[in-house]
Amino acid sequence: MAQVVLKDLNKKFDEVYAVKDVNLHIRDKEFMVLVGPSGCGKSTTLRMVAGLEEITSGEVHIGERLVNDLPPKDRDIAMVFQNYALYPHMTVYDNMAFGLKMRKFPKSEIETRVKDAATLLGIQDLLKRKPRQLSGGQRQRVAVGRAIVRHPQVFLFDEPLSNLDAKLRVQMRVELKRLHHDRLETTVIYVTHDQVEAMTLGDRVVVMKDGLVQQVGEPLELYSKPRNKFVAGFIGSPAMNFIDTTIVEAGGALYAEALGLRVRVPPDRVSRLGPYKGRAMTLGIRPEDLREAGGGDPQDLVFEALVEVVEPLGSEILLDTRVGNQTLVARVDPTVRTRHHQKIRLAFVPDRIHFFDNTTDEAIA
Amino acid sequence: MIEQRWKRWVFFYIPLTLFIIGTLFPFYWMFVTAIRPDHELYRSWRAANNAPFWTLQPTLAHFQDLLARTTFPRWLWNTFFIAVASTGISLFCGLLAGYALARLRFPMAGALGTSIFVTYLVPPTLLFIPLADIIREFHLGNTPWALILTYPTFLIPFCTWLLMGYFKTIPKELEECARIDGATRLGAMVRIIFPIAIPGILSAGIFAFTLSWNEFIYALIFLSSPERKTVPVGVVSELIRGDIYFWGQLMAGALLGSIPVALVYSFFVEYYVTGLTGSVKG
Ligand SMILES: Nc1ncnc2c1ncn2[C@@H]1O[C@H](COP(=O)(O)OP(=O)(O)OP(=O)(O)O)[C@@H](O)[C@H]1O
Ligand SMILES: [Mg+2]
Repeated sequence: MAQVVLKDLNKKFDEVYAVKDVNLHIRDKEFMVLVGPSGCGKSTTLRMVAGLEEITSGEVHIGERLVNDLPPKDRDIAMVFQNYALYPHMTVYDNMAFGLKMRKFPKSEIETRVKDAATLLGIQDLLKRKPRQLSGGQRQRVAVGRAIVRHPQVFLFDEPLSNLDAKLRVQMRVELKRLHHDRLETTVIYVTHDQVEAMTLGDRVVVMKDGLVQQVGEPLELYSKPRNKFVAGFIGSPAMNFIDTTIVEAGGALYAEALGLRVRVPPDRVSRLGPYKGRAMTLGIRPEDLREAGGGDPQDLVFEALVEVVEPLGSEILLDTRVGNQTLVARVDPTVRTRHHQKIRLAFVPDRIHFFDNTTDEAIA
Repeated sequence: MIEQRWKRWVFFYIPLTLFIIGTLFPFYWMFVTAIRPDHELYRSWRAANNAPFWTLQPTLAHFQDLLARTTFPRWLWNTFFIAVASTGISLFCGLLAGYALARLRFPMAGALGTSIFVTYLVPPTLLFIPLADIIREFHLGNTPWALILTYPTFLIPFCTWLLMGYFKTIPKELEECARIDGATRLGAMVRIIFPIAIPGILSAGIFAFTLSWNEFIYALIFLSSPERKTVPVGVVSELIRGDIYFWGQLMAGALLGSIPVALVYSFFVEYYVTGLTGSVKG
């Protein structure tokens, strides 16, 4: 039952800002993911919410309370750390019971809650073990279990899956999501540097860079309408292709000149792009918005590329191609037959093109 | 294969054997001298059937003499009491200071850590002069407290440094998690960090105990009456009279005096090793 509100939150380490003017409204029961490259201030933000890091300026509200000066134990939160931070000298049971014991719950209540959580996570047989006798995945579950027995108002996760191997990570990801939907119904703030995790888990996603929030939105919104070049390049894998382009006017219509082509600007974007007439911009196109050209494609959207690397993934093929001095990645159907050093004809999907201002990196749409 | 074997001998077994002999020989010598009868001890080196490295007539006479004619048991008790008390004080201060230096962020933390270490480097042979003054001011001369309160001058810096290093190897997430789970900072320290740091605490304690058990200079200067003395000082000052060395009793005293320390070490040797190599796995 708690929203989390961050107002003008700042954190300064010595003279550098790790987190700068962050404003976020995380709604009750929302699964909010903070994502960004290493060192962008995600953990610091989370730790300020937890009360582990002093706030340089700004406010943190949990529920209706301003918690700036509240110690971590009074914030009614639970946190799962990247290294799990299980207490090595305690059994799994004691690890999970620790928070309840500190809060003076009756013994019987502690036992039911720990057993419930353990069953939910499938670790009921491990309760008597010490953490060092567990595998990475099991430790991960214990850490999650320790957090959920407390029924806190807000869950904080700091890269909880990044120490697991790829397969286990996918599995735990699904489980976390199910847990949130079906059982917990609690506000979650989840930090990761993995954009796939961010997209799959988050109700909404916050993209950060250098301590600044770049964009907040639902996963598909970030994907289809990135606000700037950084978000466009960060979200999506393989990353969006960026191509130098120039906007020109010819016969009353706007065209983007790139790769020796003239791509006609869709009519609904003419008004925003009008001021850029005659100027250099960056054109962005996602790999899946490039396809092998067929007979029906208009000639002004088709260009020829030299295939450098072919990466067949089964359900699709990734082509690393070269056009002039530009490298482009295309994601094409598995039926496409091509080899390296061969030429291939590719076509744009015109209404999926993004334009970015070269000085501000803002998306123009 | 053959080359491997000789390498093992030359670089491993032979140096190791020499090292072990070098370390253990003084103890053996102490032992043999303590059980050697006087007439063997004080005869000419060139006497017939002289066997310097062993004896065929072992005797406990020196031990009996030591226990009957000197206040050795009393010294043993004094040493023990002083060592335990000063170790306790130093561990307590070292724990808190080491924790603070390892974990809390406060201005000048680094400089403070270094300066504590520097105080450890001041040699006791210099420090005893001002300390003697202080002991006199407080009328503590010739009491156990003279030592219990001065030993921490070198034990606290030592414990602080050892424990600070150990605390730094414990992931800080552990106590952060405990603080979120409902513990205060102090609670997290006592319930989570200290239990994990037991190997470190034990090795600091053993070291401190040994250092104060063997301490000589302060004990020599601050204690004067025979029944107040500690083993190292008592043995030397009561069993060397003028230029006469009571070798048998001296060595018996040294042997008995080193047994408690050896016992303490052998009990905790495992902890002690992990304490020094400092490894905690989550
Ligand atoms: N205790 C500290 N003292 C000084 N600078 C710090 C401290 N903690 C973090 N920083 C700096 O603050 C910035 C943000 O760090 P933060 O840990 O929040 O990054 P992050 O986004 O979590 O990165 P990662 O994905 O690597 O965990 C970094 O540039 C880091 O160097
Ligand atoms: Mg981080």
